[in-house]
Amino acid sequence: MDVAVTVNGTTYERDVEPRKLLIHFLRDDLDLTGSHVGCDTGNCGACSVIFDGVLVKSCMLLAVQANGASIETVEGLAEDGELTPLQQAFNEHHALQCGYCTPGMLMSATALLRENQSPSDAEIKKALQGNICRCTGYWNIVEAVKSVAR
Amino acid sequence: MTETTLAPAPVEVQKGWGGQSVRRKEDKRLLQGEGVFVDDVKRHGMGYLHFVRSPYAHAHITRVDVSAAEAIDGVYGTLTGEEVAALTEPFFQISSAPGANIKDYSLAVGKVRYVGEPVVAVVAETRELARDASELVEVDYEPLPAVVDARTAQDSDAAVLHDDAEGNLMWSGLYSWGDLDAAFAEADRVVKIPELHFHRFNSTPLECDGALVEFNRGVGQWTIHTNNQFPGFAAIMMGPAMQVGLDKLRFVTQDIGGGFGNKITSHPQLVVCCLLARKLNRPVQWTEWRTDFHLSMSHGNERWFHDTEVAVKDDGTLLGFRTKALDDAGAWLRYEPLGGVIWAQVTPGMYRWRHIELDFTQVATNKAPVSPNRGYSRMQHLWFTERVIDIVARELDLDPVEVRKRNYVRAEDMPYTTPNGCVYDSGDYAAMLDLALELVDYESIPGRRAEAKERGKVLGVGIGSTLDSGTNNFGQSRLINPELQFSGNNEVATVKLDIFGEIVVTLGTTPQGQGHETTAAQVVADILNCSVDDVHVRAGHDSYWNSHAGFSGTYASQFAVTGLSAVKGATEMLAAEIKRLAGAVFGGVPEEALELADGGVRIKESPDAFLPFMACGAIVNANNAGLPEDLEVTLNCRYVYRPPFEVPDVETKTGNLTLTYATQIHVAVVEIDPETGAYEIVDYAAVDDCGKRINPQIVEGQVMGATAQAIGAVIHETYEYDEDGNLLTPNFYDYHVPHALDMPPLATGAIESPSPFTPLGTKGMGEGGGAGIHAVCAAIQDATGQIVTDSHNPYQRVWRLLQEAQA
Repeated sequence: MDVAVTVNGTTYERDVEPRKLLIHFLRDDLDLTGSHVGCDTGNCGACSVIFDGVLVKSCMLLAVQANGASIETVEGLAEDGELTPLQQAFNEHHALQCGYCTPGMLMSATALLRENQSPSDAEIKKALQGNICRCTGYWNIVEAVKSVAR
Repeated sequence: MTETTLAPAPVEVQKGWGGQSVRRKEDKRLLQGEGVFVDDVKRHGMGYLHFVRSPYAHAHITRVDVSAAEAIDGVYGTLTGEEVAALTEPFFQISSAPGANIKDYSLAVGKVRYVGEPVVAVVAETRELARDASELVEVDYEPLPAVVDARTAQDSDAAVLHDDAEGNLMWSGLYSWGDLDAAFAEADRVVKIPELHFHRFNSTPLECDGALVEFNRGVGQWTIHTNNQFPGFAAIMMGPAMQVGLDKLRFVTQDIGGGFGNKITSHPQLVVCCLLARKLNRPVQWTEWRTDFHLSMSHGNERWFHDTEVAVKDDGTLLGFRTKALDDAGAWLRYEPLGGVIWAQVTPGMYRWRHIELDFTQVATNKAPVSPNRGYSRMQHLWFTERVIDIVARELDLDPVEVRKRNYVRAEDMPYTTPNGCVYDSGDYAAMLDLALELVDYESIPGRRAEAKERGKVLGVGIGSTLDSGTNNFGQSRLINPELQFSGNNEVATVKLDIFGEIVVTLGTTPQGQGHETTAAQVVADILNCSVDDVHVRAGHDSYWNSHAGFSGTYASQFAVTGLSAVKGATEMLAAEIKRLAGAVFGGVPEEALELADGGVRIKESPDAFLPFMACGAIVNANNAGLPEDLEVTLNCRYVYRPPFEVPDVETKTGNLTLTYATQIHVAVVEIDPETGAYEIVDYAAVDDCGKRINPQIVEGQVMGATAQAIGAVIHETYEYDEDGNLLTPNFYDYHVPHALDMPPLATGAIESPSPFTPLGTKGMGEGGGAGIHAVCAAIQDATGQIVTDSHNPYQRVWRLLQEAQA
């Protein structure tokens, strides 16, 4: 099926299999490999992207459902190589180790901070609940998000 | 929430980069989605591989028919066990008999031995098609009874997994040190513990295993892009099986999405990819699905401890113990039975008892093969020794803190030689315990107990310890099999000055988030007296770089010793060469009169005589006419670090099995709802001592991560099987790993006891999680008053303990 999807401001037109997952479309068809796959069941959140302004797990959508949508992925966060304050905070607070969950974490935290610029600790943890990290234990991730909250 | 306490041990203000929490160099690419993980690697015309897996725990394979799958348009081809048996030799076995006799191939041959075992591989144009076509592969099975409980695996009526081994016993060995009879004669009390159980789980790195394998037909070489974390081990397993030299196996990695030991034993799958890349004449891509990982990859060793007897004095002085350890290896010995000796690195745990006997038995069962998992084999044993301490304290009605302090190896005993000849290099366990207790405000516990009781809750406190033994002496494998020709350890680094003065560092390691690029740059910058920003550490591992050795990889807590010592050695060679070159350029100035500074080399007494690194690199690489003939300078230095080890004595089973002993002490405070058994960790402290820390923030990150994995393991994570051998937790729905909301408040602390045995005073670290598992177990015991006998304590088990307490 033909789809037209805008990702990070660029519109892509592709013919995709109706069964193809959005995450595989992003990674395999558009070569946007920043978003990752960590499970088969929608639990891990490594594939999180912002879809028409709403945080979604891109493994839980089909690529054809993205027809006409505007999607933001981790590749679109920094502008001209300048890291966002959130990305910088992840670096300062050592909020990543292997970096595999990081793109999903950044998208979840970005979505949170757009909705709520002064989240409490509990709100930050709740917002990150759908993202699994096996390296950090989350403490530094929460600290990083907190540091850019107002 | 997080209180970070880097005190009270004075942390000196460091000169230079070492000791500073330098921001990680790796982060910029990872934060922008620009890392290169194995599934990101693509090649023109590549085929996607999917494994057809066994639905039975134990069955004969009576027929395999791939014709329907191969007939599908877009299916490139298949590989069966029969083909594998014809094309390869069985993998080399580490074990002595009977485990030595089993025949392990990369696909099931004739029989399946666990649910999820790969039987056939299918390669197709897309991931989806490969998966669909796999459904068309017909395999007929004749089911056999399954062995799922290690305790009955050796019964006369138990089914036998491996006929070649003539039973399910894989390996056994009796370890006995000191004088057990004298210890038990001297004892005031003998504490008996019938059974303790350490459960099966693993670290579930978020990225599953994978590979993209290309075969270069012209030179007969495979390039294996993979996230295997120990290419040195994979190579020595794969080469003999495939009957090719190791030069034909090129391993390439860049970024790896977590490993924790679980990515050491992917060599069978890599062999399948290699065979198919050659057979189909196209690149083959394999990315493991999460469910496949859970079903088949690297479970941690499940271990039972039976008939434990502990010789103690009335005052709590520990004299010795004897126990029988029964280890469940699962279906294959992929890294096993090394777990049968690795525990001996920490034989007495943290304690001074001198008389120890451990009868180790490892059996095969119809479950996924076990392989290293963060804290590999020591975690099980340390949990056991810590359990013994708290059970002894309870039986003697003594304070667990006092029993620990009475028996800890003392700071003044360091370096301390254990009963089996290991040498604990440095440390002050009592000081660490005091700091950990202070971080949870231990004085306040009686008041908090009473306060919790008023709210209808029960509160308990528990302590756990980890000895994170690092830098293996591979000679310990000879205690498993005296015929093996492994010993010592090694790691490689190269440091060069390139044509425009670029400082380029290459490591032999395969980091999975440990920040090697950063800490290596810190070490180099201190020696060359330059900025870390001027040091370019190549990301990842490539065996074409000639910067690897037999034990290269990232595993077993060793980079801060093996990797950084190699970096130090190579950089010092380079520094000396730069001075020799400059001495010649300056017309015969001796090296002692020169110094490195400001991105170059200069004469100390006349700093204007300055040669920038760029000039040094250019002269040697591109402008070398006229240099003295006897000036042997390449500015491209390779150093192999070899730790000082002897071959252990196989008769007495003694010797120094690891070079360093980083330590962690954890304290957990839990609050239990007696109505339901649900509990919450309300306070938690983790104190670390890994000698000199090159980058304290990275060290603390490892402590935090290990803590989180421990909390997950003790409360939620378990690989449980039903009686037919079906895994009940094959994905993240059923296998709950901690989420952000699950994490307790954490306070961290650190002291530094530099290792006297390593070039930088460092100790390898990162595997500290075992301490947390025990700390929570001990807290539950403290709260319920019931002896905790299992490392896995979900709420229902705690509820049962409470019921037993009432009854």
